[in-house]
Amino acid sequence: MSLVVENLTIDHGAIRAISNVSFTVPQGELAAIIGANGAGKTTLLRTLSGLKESKSGSATWNGKSILGKRAEDLARSGIMHVSDGKSVIAELTVKENLALAGLWRKDKKDVAKATDEVVELFPILGQRMSQAGGSLSGGERQMLAIGRALVARPNLLLLDEPSLGLAPLIIEQIFQTIKSLVKKMDLTVLLVEQNAMGALKIADEGIVLNLGSVVAVDSAQKLLNDPAVRAAYLGF
Amino acid sequence: MRLLFFILLGVALFLASNRVGELRQYQGSFVAMYSLAIASIILLTGYSGQLSLGHSALMAVGAYTGALSINSAHLNPVLALVLATLVAGLFGLILGFAVARLSGPYLAGTTLALAVSLPTLANQLPILGGEQGVVFDVGAPPARFGEGFSQYKWFFWITSLAALIMIWMIANLLSSRYGRTFRSIRDNQTAASLAGLNAGRLKVVAFAVSAGVAGLAGGLLVMLISGVSPSAFPLSLSFSLLTGAVVTGVYSLKGVMLGGLVLVAIPEVADSITTRIGGSEGFTATLPGFLVSALLIAAVMFAPNGPGQIFRKSNKQDNHTEGNK
Amino acid sequence: MLKFITAILTSLATGSIYALMSTALVLVWRSTRVINFAQAGQAVLTTYIGYEAIVRSGSYWVGLIVAIIAGALIGAVIDRFFMRPIFKRVTTGPIVMIAPVVATLGLLGIIQAVIGFKWGLSYQTIAAPVSTDGYRILGSVIAFSPFNLMVLVSVTITMILLTILFQKTNIGLALRASAYSPEIAKLSGIKVDGVRTLGWALAGAAGGLAGMLFVPSSYLYPNSMDVLLVFGFIAAVIGGLDSLFGAVAGAMILGFAINFATAYISSKLVFPMAFIILILVLLIKPGGIFSSQKGRKD
Repeated sequence: MSLVVENLTIDHGAIRAISNVSFTVPQGELAAIIGANGAGKTTLLRTLSGLKESKSGSATWNGKSILGKRAEDLARSGIMHVSDGKSVIAELTVKENLALAGLWRKDKKDVAKATDEVVELFPILGQRMSQAGGSLSGGERQMLAIGRALVARPNLLLLDEPSLGLAPLIIEQIFQTIKSLVKKMDLTVLLVEQNAMGALKIADEGIVLNLGSVVAVDSAQKLLNDPAVRAAYLGF
Repeated sequence: MRLLFFILLGVALFLASNRVGELRQYQGSFVAMYSLAIASIILLTGYSGQLSLGHSALMAVGAYTGALSINSAHLNPVLALVLATLVAGLFGLILGFAVARLSGPYLAGTTLALAVSLPTLANQLPILGGEQGVVFDVGAPPARFGEGFSQYKWFFWITSLAALIMIWMIANLLSSRYGRTFRSIRDNQTAASLAGLNAGRLKVVAFAVSAGVAGLAGGLLVMLISGVSPSAFPLSLSFSLLTGAVVTGVYSLKGVMLGGLVLVAIPEVADSITTRIGGSEGFTATLPGFLVSALLIAAVMFAPNGPGQIFRKSNKQDNHTEGNK
Repeated sequence: MLKFITAILTSLATGSIYALMSTALVLVWRSTRVINFAQAGQAVLTTYIGYEAIVRSGSYWVGLIVAIIAGALIGAVIDRFFMRPIFKRVTTGPIVMIAPVVATLGLLGIIQAVIGFKWGLSYQTIAAPVSTDGYRILGSVIAFSPFNLMVLVSVTITMILLTILFQKTNIGLALRASAYSPEIAKLSGIKVDGVRTLGWALAGAAGGLAGMLFVPSSYLYPNSMDVLLVFGFIAAVIGGLDSLFGAVAGAMILGFAINFATAYISSKLVFPMAFIILILVLLIKPGGIFSSQKGRKD
């Protein structure tokens, strides 16, 4: 099972947001997509999760095309998208938020088990079960969003800027958690980040996007050491 | 340039009025009156983005004002119409203040409430004549036009003149700086406010002007039917006006006359349908309403931005809405 | 004293009918962000269907059940085959915001025309299943009858059922999630379209119930629910369009205000009173009295 994207082109209104992008993420690996604001990273993710239509090109997961499908169908087939900042429904409680991804699943026992595992992973959620999602701090919200995705037992996780607006310590925590999840659950993760350093440190490979096009694809380690990448995205 | 167009149109109508029979003259007056009312909707909805279902009530305000100023205050008809416009405009100003902060469905619902409740006011205040209403007689055409000058041609002249003048003024308003600011409020109120436009004030202005125009149309209507009563301004009138505006393109004044024609034509069409295929009393009574509503739905579904859309392939820049799958 | 008690009881009864309408409007608003003006037409149509069922079966209760089911079906059909295509078609231009609202207006007109065509414009009546004579209390008759009590009880039960549905069931959670954030709901695998249709079905059923509870005290004709729609709307606005509790509370406030004004001042004040309340709420607390927001979440 790999995520294979080939010559994907996506328009956003009159703007060509993504143009002829190709990359592969092998199963069980963590790929980081880095690039400046406006590079089209979010648009790419939203297209892969079914929220947006593409113009041309292909994207397959496990050999099957994931383009042109409805978001809810993709979610049910194991592709979970955690979007930036807005992934928590403020008016619902933590418990209800977590329950969302399991609502359609028939195996309620496993849903309960998965929820317990998430609470084990993020104990703070267990303490806040009956509080409204909107009352959580930024870091807690991010944990809730990721936790909710995990309850569905995904095999492909699309993460959109999980570090946005969070304190460095929390960011570290979340990145480490993501890394360990990949190992433990044999998850495949596509991580979009502006925090290029943090992302590349935990990733297996990296994809650099600029203005909608791929400018570099390589192992994360090599990108970390690449002078051009360092200058442009890592700040040194 | 625009002035020339309107003058020519006026001349054309004048010539036409001499050639057609009384029925057409009478219908023509209604077309003119409806066109004026539709123009008020286009100003309010198409340009400043406020959806009003209460224009039947605003027309009623103008109508009653006109009727009362002739009957009780014995004013000259022209003055009465001016007063109708001003009073309705004032009413619209107050109403506009109240609803300026509303948008979309809230505004629609509030104006709906107005349309339903205002006519009942006539029953409360004796001066408004209750259910029977007030009689309004604009008088016979001036003697100098001679014996054969029909009352209906006189109606036609008055309504057309009023409509032409008003619509010309509105057209000027809309293509001026005001029009542009209206449209920017409609399209993106936040951005407009950030750009320094006082959105609230502009919306109120649009409302007041629109109300005034509707009031004038109401005054004209009352002249045409020689009386005013609550039943002349039902909620369905608001619907009809909205339909007329949407069908002919709610964003542009160009279609107003077409809208007026459509509104006058529908009862005719309904009539000929029922005479052709017969039908129960229920059928004849409900067919016009059905046609109006069906037209409205068809317009919204197939040509929401005006009839030109049908002929134009949408190759312009989309306001792309994300995630609308 | 008796007048006071009567006023309270009648307020509760009328308030509960308003509550059904406002609940229906809020249900649709929360799931679709549209004020469904066609609600009035749907409710009337459903009531006519109930009327036909009564005529054929001789029982009010049969008619009631038929009306509720018909209301749900009609609501679902309208969402699935009318509203969804409209949303799909109208995606550009400033008319996007008002197109669905205008469409429901057009639908209202069509439904009323069809009703007038099939059943004629004359007034029909539906007999109440229980007495509409006022109760005797302390020797005098008050303006509150067993039928009013039945209305009150029915609506209370309905509200309790709806609340349980929304707060305690999975489908209720799906409904709420889809209303608060369709995107997150979709990403969680919830079939948002189907859930929305369910919301419309519930709203349609509520409207049908409202009609069947209202008409026995009035008449049945194509426009008989227009006023109720307006009052339901006002009630929903007062309470804030985002919660069922608000819808009910707003309806009660409106019911009380109107009934007390009618009882103690003048019966001619109904419409002006309602309108003034609406304007006051919109000016002072536009989000609704019970809403937690400052403005309105449009």
